[in-house]
Amino acid sequence: MIAHVTHILPLASIRRKRILPIKGTVLVRAGQKVTPTDIIAQADLTPEHIVLDIARGLGVSPNKAASYITREIGDEISEGSKVASRSGFASRVVRSPFPGRLVSISGGQVLIEIKNKPFQLKAGIPGSIASIEAERGAIIETNGAWIQGVWGNGKVDYGQLTILSKDLDHIVTPDGFDVSQRGTMMLGGYCNQAKALETAADVPIRGLILSSLAPKLISTAIKMPYPIIVLEGFDQVKMNSAAHTLLTTNESRELAINAESYNRFEGKRPEIVIPLQGAGDSPTPLNVETFTQGQKVRILRSPHASTVAKITFVQPGLTRFPSGLRAAAANVELEDGEKAVVPLANIEVLG
Amino acid sequence: MAKSSLVDADSLLAVEIGTVNTRALLFDAVEGNYRFLASGTSTSTVAAPMYDAGEGVRMALDQLHNISGRLLVGMDERLMMPSTPDGSGIDRFSASLSAGQPLKVAAVGLLDDVSLKSVRRLVGAINSRIVETLSLDDRRKPEAQIDSIIRLRPDIVVIAGGTNNGASRSVLKLINTLGMALHLLPANFRPEVLYAGNENLGGNVTSFLENLVPFSIVPNLRPNHGTEQLGPAELMLTEIFRKIHGRKTQGIQELDTWASGMLQPTSIAFGRVIRFLSRVYDPTKGVLGIDVGASSTTVASSFSGDLRLKVYSRLGMGESLVGLVNRTKLEDITRWIPLDVPDDYVANYIYNKAIYPASLPATRADLAIEQALAREVIRAALSQAKETFPKDLSGPKRAGLLPWFEPIIAAGSVIAHAPSFAQSLLMILDGVEPTGITKIILDKNNIAPALGTAAVLNSILAVQVLESSSFINLGTVISPVGKARQGSPVLRLKIIYDSGQENIVDVKNGALQTIPLPPGRSAQLHIQPLHRFDVGMGGPGKSGRLRVSGSYFGIVIDARGRPIRHSASPDRRRELLVKWHKMLET
Repeated sequence: MIAHVTHILPLASIRRKRILPIKGTVLVRAGQKVTPTDIIAQADLTPEHIVLDIARGLGVSPNKAASYITREIGDEISEGSKVASRSGFASRVVRSPFPGRLVSISGGQVLIEIKNKPFQLKAGIPGSIASIEAERGAIIETNGAWIQGVWGNGKVDYGQLTILSKDLDHIVTPDGFDVSQRGTMMLGGYCNQAKALETAADVPIRGLILSSLAPKLISTAIKMPYPIIVLEGFDQVKMNSAAHTLLTTNESRELAINAESYNRFEGKRPEIVIPLQGAGDSPTPLNVETFTQGQKVRILRSPHASTVAKITFVQPGLTRFPSGLRAAAANVELEDGEKAVVPLANIEVLG
Repeated sequence: MAKSSLVDADSLLAVEIGTVNTRALLFDAVEGNYRFLASGTSTSTVAAPMYDAGEGVRMALDQLHNISGRLLVGMDERLMMPSTPDGSGIDRFSASLSAGQPLKVAAVGLLDDVSLKSVRRLVGAINSRIVETLSLDDRRKPEAQIDSIIRLRPDIVVIAGGTNNGASRSVLKLINTLGMALHLLPANFRPEVLYAGNENLGGNVTSFLENLVPFSIVPNLRPNHGTEQLGPAELMLTEIFRKIHGRKTQGIQELDTWASGMLQPTSIAFGRVIRFLSRVYDPTKGVLGIDVGASSTTVASSFSGDLRLKVYSRLGMGESLVGLVNRTKLEDITRWIPLDVPDDYVANYIYNKAIYPASLPATRADLAIEQALAREVIRAALSQAKETFPKDLSGPKRAGLLPWFEPIIAAGSVIAHAPSFAQSLLMILDGVEPTGITKIILDKNNIAPALGTAAVLNSILAVQVLESSSFINLGTVISPVGKARQGSPVLRLKIIYDSGQENIVDVKNGALQTIPLPPGRSAQLHIQPLHRFDVGMGGPGKSGRLRVSGSYFGIVIDARGRPIRHSASPDRRRELLVKWHKMLET
């Protein structure tokens, strides 16, 4: 059975391909250092348009309208400039109400693309540009600690890590935030108060790392201006010890949160990167493993959700669970020494 | 039905790629008749981290090889086809696909309740989501429509509208707006365009669009005011589906080549089986099929060959569970949980399941939540599917209830792989709320889509396997509809077994009970509804007799009322849920 891997690594070589979906302009060069919020490429991804109905404006049929158009496809059009005119007894003029670029002439109508704010592609992680893909983007490389999450609110930022509490049972509350945390990345536990997220925005903090989030706060979290990354899920569960140890031992270091939403089909997953300068080349971790004895795993579901364990035996065949379901299973030893049998479907390899 | 002995029988390997699981099913002739022999299952590898559907297929084939002992893949890693005299390999291969994100569709038509309605029915048959519609009912300016199409980047555009010899200027105006948007989309984002409108405009539309986008033209969905023809467009849509998924997902093209270019959407294959059954069974009733998947739920209902097929891409047991929460109150889910589980735990469960769709409920509480969710997914899908049923169906007179269906076929891991058949049956009864007399069939091995794809290659195989014991006949369910006080007798049943033994059973309102009749046995059943209850034997209070075949539960009488009402007292409600479950388990 395929073993999915969640990366929680003190040192890894990380490569990220950041590519525009369409052709655009690349704004970085090979070898350049970038921060997560640097724009590496931009494109007019969702331009706005206006349609000028030339046929109606000139009072002619759509078939004849094209012969009265005085501009060509690709022409830059200034506000109020003439786009089509008909001279003679009933002379008429059609002007563009906005500046833009003429992009299409069809069926007696002219389409003008209005200048719009371009889509800007952020680096997402700190690092250096390994290579450029012309007109599309770049590959960014970095070495550092790497922690993958399970949910993100879509924002990206970086800053110095400050720890709200080292207690694994920590609950994030509004009074946990103060101005001394301004501009920092905060590490907390479980959050179930919208006010806490809003208070953090008022400080303002740069980002928030949570073990878990109450589902009722999802819409609030998405509205926050700073990145929020959830490492475990939507239950009052402790952060897994591997991630917690890695983060707490990196207090005061710069870290980046790319809280993009988790999408398996598009290969997106929220992540934290703590760049470690001069770390040298690090191994590139595998994304897939096969379950074997001795592997360090994280349990995904109750009754031991978020607990780190070690596989002691992969059971042959199918095992019956208290629910009555039969599934492929492994014997694991939890960190406190307790033994458990878990479905393979409910564990991920840490690596 | 086809019982002829098979001299040159072709073996068949059918593969179904779902979001969570990939299955390989082997069929071959045994003693002159086709049978389902074995299946192998693997984790699907369509998404991260493998992004190659072929990996999951290879692992499923490995497992099938281990189970069946039959060598299917050669040393060169290729499928062994045709089979060899030593019994290795297979003769035919078919494949279906339900994994992947729903295809984004832009629907273009004249009127919302005419041509666009047909487009919705057409694309609803595959895992898709209509993200944009252009019609005469649309009051937006053309530039807003253009910008929206550019922003949403549909995978497919389906154009309908205008009967043949009917409206043309309005259709062309919409297509002109669409054309401007398509022209502005970068080449790698230009959608497949399917034209199924006024055939008189076919030439104009073709010359306008064929050099701009991948373009297909099929006969009009609405050739005249009284006719809707989806068949030719559905075939082309299937081809487009193959092309798009072949481009998007590694491994799909290779599978399609193995399947001789006939890879099908799983929903279409499932629907084909339901349509076939509706031609075989009682023409006064429909046939209903429900497939609850991880990413979507498919409802196929067919009435004498008239198939209504819809994939609900926002209703599944995985990532789309969050969509269920948005359309259903939490108490509608918790009302089906027989344990005392806090509401917060249920809400958290839903969101965590969406993160880990392949994870399994290991505890009793988690399983109870999962099965409660399955009930509500079925109910939500059916409540929408009812809108698509023909208007003149026979059924109970009360509005909102399901018309008479027989049989009802249920598929999907959550139902088929429940720890007990009692749990499977209760999920189906509570989710579907059948009325009258029906058979409940469980597709335990997810065979139906495979038979749908096989039917194209080998119709005898499909028919013979359907008639075999590969599907589990859970029971003949009698669900009387009417009004009476709880505890009042509503049915009197007289069962005459083949041995001549007779048994009379009185059923009270609110009861759920079974009368054992094992597989292989049969009995004559006299049904006498009381208090003008209706069991579909000609009207309220009408009695009748029928021959009943044996099945896992035999005869199940579900007199819990339609719709099922729950007690306001949580303790009493849970007590009843446990009682119903125990009744079936015993």
